[in-house]
Amino acid sequence: MQAEERLTLETLPADPEKATLEGKNKFLGFWLFLGGETVLFASLFGTYLALKNSTNGGPTTQELFELPIVFAATMLLLTSSLTSVYAMYHMKNLKFKQMQLWLIVTVLLGAAFLGLEIYEFHHYVTHFKHTIKSSAFGSAFYTLVGTHGAHVAFGLLWISALILRNAKRGLTLYNAPKYYVASLYWHFIDVVWVFIFTVVYLMGMVG
Amino acid sequence: MASKQPEIANSKVNIEYRRKKNAEDMKHQVISFALMIFLTLIAFLAVMYPKTFDPLFTVPFIILLAVVQVIFQLYYFMHMSHKGHEAPALFLYAGIAVGFLTILTFMLLMWW
Repeated sequence: MQAEERLTLETLPADPEKATLEGKNKFLGFWLFLGGETVLFASLFGTYLALKNSTNGGPTTQELFELPIVFAATMLLLTSSLTSVYAMYHMKNLKFKQMQLWLIVTVLLGAAFLGLEIYEFHHYVTHFKHTIKSSAFGSAFYTLVGTHGAHVAFGLLWISALILRNAKRGLTLYNAPKYYVASLYWHFIDVVWVFIFTVVYLMGMVG
Repeated sequence: MASKQPEIANSKVNIEYRRKKNAEDMKHQVISFALMIFLTLIAFLAVMYPKTFDPLFTVPFIILLAVVQVIFQLYYFMHMSHKGHEAPALFLYAGIAVGFLTILTFMLLMWW
C-alpha cells in the first residue's frame, strides 16, 4: 500500500500518524522540537520575571492589565485545544469531513484569540504609551506575549494550509502525521498560554 | 508492528472495538477539559477577590493550578499517557529541566 493512497476502513491502522517510518520520525522529531520550545519560552519567562517591576516610570502591571479580556482569551484558546482533540478523534475513526470541520472551528477560535491580543496590545500602546521601547518591563512583556502570539499566528497558517491542501485528498498515511503533529503544536501553544495567563496576568494583578 | 498493520485488512470486529476505545478516550478528554476550565476559574477567582487570600498564598496556589492544568493538557490532550511516549517524555522533561534552571538563574541574578 502506498502512503498517498486514500485510507479506507479496511486499511486504516489504529495509529495512522505512526504507521509509516516518516510518520514515526515526524512524531519523534516534533517532540524534540517541543522540548526546545520549552527552553525558548522558559528563557522569555525568566527575563519577564526578572524585569517586570522595571517600569521606568510607566504603567505597572496592576494599572495595565484587565482580567475580563484575559479570561475571554483564555477560554477561547482552551476551547480551541478541545476542538483540535475532537479533530484527532475523528481522524482515528476515519471521519475526514468531521476532522476538517473541527480544525476549521479550531482555526476560528485561534483567530478570535489573536484578534483579542492585537486589540489588547493596541490598547496598551494608545492609552498607556506602553510600548516595547518604553521600559525593560515593556520589552520583556511584548517579547514574551508577542512570541506566543506569533506562534498562534503561525499555527493558524499551518493548520489552514493543511485543511486546504488535503481537502480533496482525504486521509492518507502521508498526511495523517502532518495533521497529528499540527494538533500537538496547537496544544503546546495552549500549554504556554496557561503559564502566561498565570505568571504574567494573574500574578501581575496580585502584585 | 504498527507499520505492518496496513497490509492486513481490518475486520469489522477490530474496527468496532477501536471505535469504542476511541470513544472511551474522547470521554476522558472531555472530563479533563471540564477540569481544566474549573482550575482556570479558581485561579481567576482567587485573584479577582484578593481579600479572600493572602498574596503570599495566592501566587504559589495559582502556579500549582497552572502546573496541574498543564499535566492534564500533556497527558490527555497530547496523549502522553498512551504507550510509546518514552522519548517524547525524555525530550520534554529535559526541556523543562533546562528551562527551570534558566528561570532560577535569571531570578537569582536580579535578587542578589
